[in-house]
Amino acid sequence: MAVVSTETVPVRSEADVVTVRRRVRETAAQLGFGLVDQTKVVTAASELARNTLIHGKGGEMVMDTLNGPRLGLRLIFQDKGPGIVNIDLALRDGFTTGSGLGLGLGGAKRLVNEFDVTSRVGEGTRITAVRWK
Amino acid sequence: MEKIPILRMGEFLLVTIQVDMHDRLAMTLQDDLTNRISETGAKGVLIDISSLEIVDSFIGRMLGNIASMSRVLDAHTVVVGMQPAVAITLVELGMSLDGVRTALNVDAGMELLRNSVDDEKDVRYGSRFY
Repeated sequence: MAVVSTETVPVRSEADVVTVRRRVRETAAQLGFGLVDQTKVVTAASELARNTLIHGKGGEMVMDTLNGPRLGLRLIFQDKGPGIVNIDLALRDGFTTGSGLGLGLGGAKRLVNEFDVTSRVGEGTRITAVRWK
Repeated sequence: MEKIPILRMGEFLLVTIQVDMHDRLAMTLQDDLTNRISETGAKGVLIDISSLEIVDSFIGRMLGNIASMSRVLDAHTVVVGMQPAVAITLVELGMSLDGVRTALNVDAGMELLRNSVDDEKDVRYGSRFY
């Protein structure tokens, strides 16, 4: 698996969340993703970017395009926020420490093919999502 | 400040969301619509989302809130024009938009609103034979 291109987008404001959506959309379209797949990966990115902004107190998204054996899009959201105490609980639908519906993490996981969360309390969180073409 | 325009047509309010909304803009729309319903005594709200390329959990929640708030203020809400890819994604995300009435396009949405309002008048004034 080779990384073909990489791009970093800051996630520090609500406007940045919109930029994340736009860049993920453009890149997914360039990779030849169909409309439904584009919509799924952009929606997942929107949920994860909001998560980084609100719970992680801001961070960044690293977007890699992958090639071999298949084309894919890998999104890594990382922050130096307070971290997630219980990842299993955070992934459960309906669980929220914010004001949302608690669908963000679990919902994003359902919209991609690979999903991984690593987090250390007090140090930050790194969420990796991959959608293959 | 950036705002989404709300048009008044008779006893209905019409909103077309044409921009990629950031979260605060969505909250502003929710507040503005609630205020306009209260000021105008509108009986129906039609929200056209045909230009929206995604509906995530935040926007989904906003649509649900608008529907609930308008109901409490004696108005009906219909969301129209959702793109098929958006509908597929929304359900997979885990949001079924319970409590939000939808129609395929503006025409169907207006008809749904008119029928809902007429039904209510019939019940209120007892003009219907059962």
